[in-house]
Amino acid sequence: MAGPVLDMRSIVKTFPGVKALSDVSLTVRQGEVHAICGENGAGKSTLMKVLSGVHPHGSYEGEILFQGEPCHFKDIRASERRGIVIIHQELALVPYLSLAENIFLGNEHAKHGVISWRDTLRHATELLRRVGLSDHPETRVADIGVGKQQLVEIAKALSKEVKLLILDEPTAALNDEDSGKLLDLILELKTQGITSIIISHKLNEIERVADSVTILRDGRSIETLDVKAAQTTEERIINGMVGRDLEHRFPERTPHEAEAGSAPALEIRDWTVRHPIDQQRKVVDSVSIQVRRGEIVGIAGLMGAGRTELAMSVFGRTYGRYAGGTVLKDGKEIRTKTVPEAVAHGIAYVTEDRKHYGLNLIDTITRNITLSALPKVAGRGIVDEHGERKVAEGFRRSMNIKAPNVFERVGRLSGGNQQKVVLSKWIFAGPDVLILDEPTRGIDVGAKYEIYTVIDRLAAEGKAVVFISSELPELLGMCDRIYTMAAGRLTGEVARAEATQEVLMRQMTKDKREER
Amino acid sequence: MSANLTAKTPTAAPSGGKDKAGDSLLQLMLDGLRRNMRQYGMLIALGLIVVLFAVWTSGDLLLPRNVSNLVLQNSYILILAIGMMLVIIAGHIDLSVGSLTAFVGAAAAVLMVDHKMAWPLAVVLVLLLGAVAGAMQGYLIAYLGIPSFIVTLAGMLLFRGLTEIFLKGQTVGPFPDGLQTVANGFLPAVGPDTNYHNLTLLLGLALIAFVVYQEVRDRKRQQEFALDVLPAKLFALKLTALIAAVLTVTMLLASYNGAPVVLLILGVLVVGFGYVMRNAIIGRHVYAIGGNLPAAKLSGVKDKKVVFLVFLNMGMMAALAGLVFAARFNAASPKAGINFELEAIAASFIGGASMSGGVGTVLGAIIGGLVLGVLNNGMNLVGVGSDWQQVIKGLVLLAAVGFDVWNKRKVGS
Repeated sequence: MAGPVLDMRSIVKTFPGVKALSDVSLTVRQGEVHAICGENGAGKSTLMKVLSGVHPHGSYEGEILFQGEPCHFKDIRASERRGIVIIHQELALVPYLSLAENIFLGNEHAKHGVISWRDTLRHATELLRRVGLSDHPETRVADIGVGKQQLVEIAKALSKEVKLLILDEPTAALNDEDSGKLLDLILELKTQGITSIIISHKLNEIERVADSVTILRDGRSIETLDVKAAQTTEERIINGMVGRDLEHRFPERTPHEAEAGSAPALEIRDWTVRHPIDQQRKVVDSVSIQVRRGEIVGIAGLMGAGRTELAMSVFGRTYGRYAGGTVLKDGKEIRTKTVPEAVAHGIAYVTEDRKHYGLNLIDTITRNITLSALPKVAGRGIVDEHGERKVAEGFRRSMNIKAPNVFERVGRLSGGNQQKVVLSKWIFAGPDVLILDEPTRGIDVGAKYEIYTVIDRLAAEGKAVVFISSELPELLGMCDRIYTMAAGRLTGEVARAEATQEVLMRQMTKDKREER
Repeated sequence: MSANLTAKTPTAAPSGGKDKAGDSLLQLMLDGLRRNMRQYGMLIALGLIVVLFAVWTSGDLLLPRNVSNLVLQNSYILILAIGMMLVIIAGHIDLSVGSLTAFVGAAAAVLMVDHKMAWPLAVVLVLLLGAVAGAMQGYLIAYLGIPSFIVTLAGMLLFRGLTEIFLKGQTVGPFPDGLQTVANGFLPAVGPDTNYHNLTLLLGLALIAFVVYQEVRDRKRQQEFALDVLPAKLFALKLTALIAAVLTVTMLLASYNGAPVVLLILGVLVVGFGYVMRNAIIGRHVYAIGGNLPAAKLSGVKDKKVVFLVFLNMGMMAALAGLVFAARFNAASPKAGINFELEAIAASFIGGASMSGGVGTVLGAIIGGLVLGVLNNGMNLVGVGSDWQQVIKGLVLLAAVGFDVWNKRKVGS
């Protein structure tokens, strides 16, 4: 094949407090399908945003050459004019407009501001045919499935005369059949001379469509491999994705030995949940897990594995549509249909998204901590403000929440301290089982260590902890056992002794659907 | 951000503890004002408006009779504003209260005038009617998930229509004397003749004692937790101002007919709702729902029940306002309560509520209502036409909320 169509050199991108990309270089040849893989947070999406002008020229360091010429994109439109089109994971279609209107949104066939529907429909039909869709162009986007919507996005890209198509996890939300069609289309477009970059977690997908693969890790490009070459195996790619050294970043922990005989504190059996809108899709598919008192059990999985969905649907059915399964507490079946029921049974869920689901940012530390268990500091429905302050003061000290006082608004605290407030809130509720969803996301190393210490202490106090995380080292450092999930299914269970990043990553990238 | 916080702590603590001797009182005042803009801004604005109109009307605004009138004229809006504040804190809106006020007045007229029902029984029935009307809207909003704007917009039309049907398009009155006294009358005169209304004086003194006790206790508690409190000098000034304000109003009322009965009702409502919103679990839950609904749900707050109760309460407050209004004008009219919902909503926003919910206090609603009330009354006295009155009130609302937005952005929170 021909020379490079794209050359990104030593890209560095810093966000306040975080270095998202520390040194990434990427070379894509003309007419190939180039895969990018890496763990959550490795910098894949950031890199693509730099390339497509979402992060404008000047906000990053490094150089981008497209078709041999330097690029200084100030926004997405600028990159699209050069034929670089990105399709985000979250589809950017307007559900109540037609396919044709969506395809030409912002790029309408119009004269003097008046749309020419004849041209629009003719051209749209052409484009839809090119991506293998026979739907009428006046169908509303809301009326077709996610798989087809993805194809409409590609049709939209084609309408902009795309030369380099970037797809961010295009199959994450699709079922087998739709995924297959999409991958075929990418190969078809390749024969028409369109170069593609595809971000994917699924190694079997990469093997099927990609010519070369670049591995990112911790904001660096590790290596670029030729997929067709013999030495490029799944092992090799997995090693590249996880191969970083474990530092001493975890509290010393005596692994918990499960006592035989006693019933697990929490047991989930054959739990199945459907997507809230796309009811055909099982987001969680007959998952069974259990956790004992004093045990920390990890759940590993990549984006879209269904971990948060599992936790939230168990915790008061706060996600999706329940489609089967039971929850047992200490061996007895319990109802967890509403959050108050789950809380009453001693279950707490600490959300991965503390700003949207965990905290009332405009209220004080005190009021956030006591919200889930106000009756504990109240008599006859009246809150004892004095007692409440004492509780909050206690947590400020024991959790080391850095704030001038407990009446500080939570929105003014740093991420790490906000996380400590969320944890305090649920510890105050006095649960037996804590489900922690990404408890260290977006906080600095020092605060992480403090959070780990707290989790360790909770387990030592006899609480059962479910630890959901995308960071394999922290799961390895903290957990007694680790379950792995992929595409809504449980793909494995690994004991602490056998767990390595490689073992976990292999199970996390296993697509069970394809084995059937 | 965390560096910012640690840097702030050491400076914040001592400034609360003791005063720096060199600072002049004015310096301290400006300082305190700057830091508590949100808290005091509207109170100061209210003070300025009062002074402005007192001067402009060469003192007429503060004549005993006019102050008494001010209370009576605004009582129903203030009652509505209390209920509306809760609705807005919960992140909703209620457009139906004006019509509901009229509807309830009509129902009261039908019961008391047409059917000669004993007025205390009729009052209870009518308050229940308001609660049921509020509960029905609350059910549609909380449990069926229809947006409150839509439900109450429909309620606004529906109750207005029902009022006209009830009254057959006519004005019905007069109401029994007992009800009129409650809505329009004054506390009874007791004790020796002192040229002043004794009961009012007593109530005023009790209120002063209560306010001073509250303020001192709050300050002590805050110091206990090493919180930033007002410097002693400024605190003394604040107390003096509060006492002076209460005393002035008390003397003015006492030298006329005494305190209106509705003022007492209002006082009970303010203290009661203020306490519930600040100290009761349900009050907390209202703030939590408005502040971050998903987080409140995931914390086990029964959000639907709370929203339902907030609207039920709003219905009952509208019924109370409707009774007061009808009794004051001694007739139920199909055109009663027009635009009351907008006045109540404006009062809430002037008093510090936020469109997105989660913020506001009952006292704020009262202050907002008084700002509008004094403006109305003052402009009437000066002889500003109702055309310009509306223009000015619109601008005040815009300025108050605009100032809030600007102030928030400046503080960066």
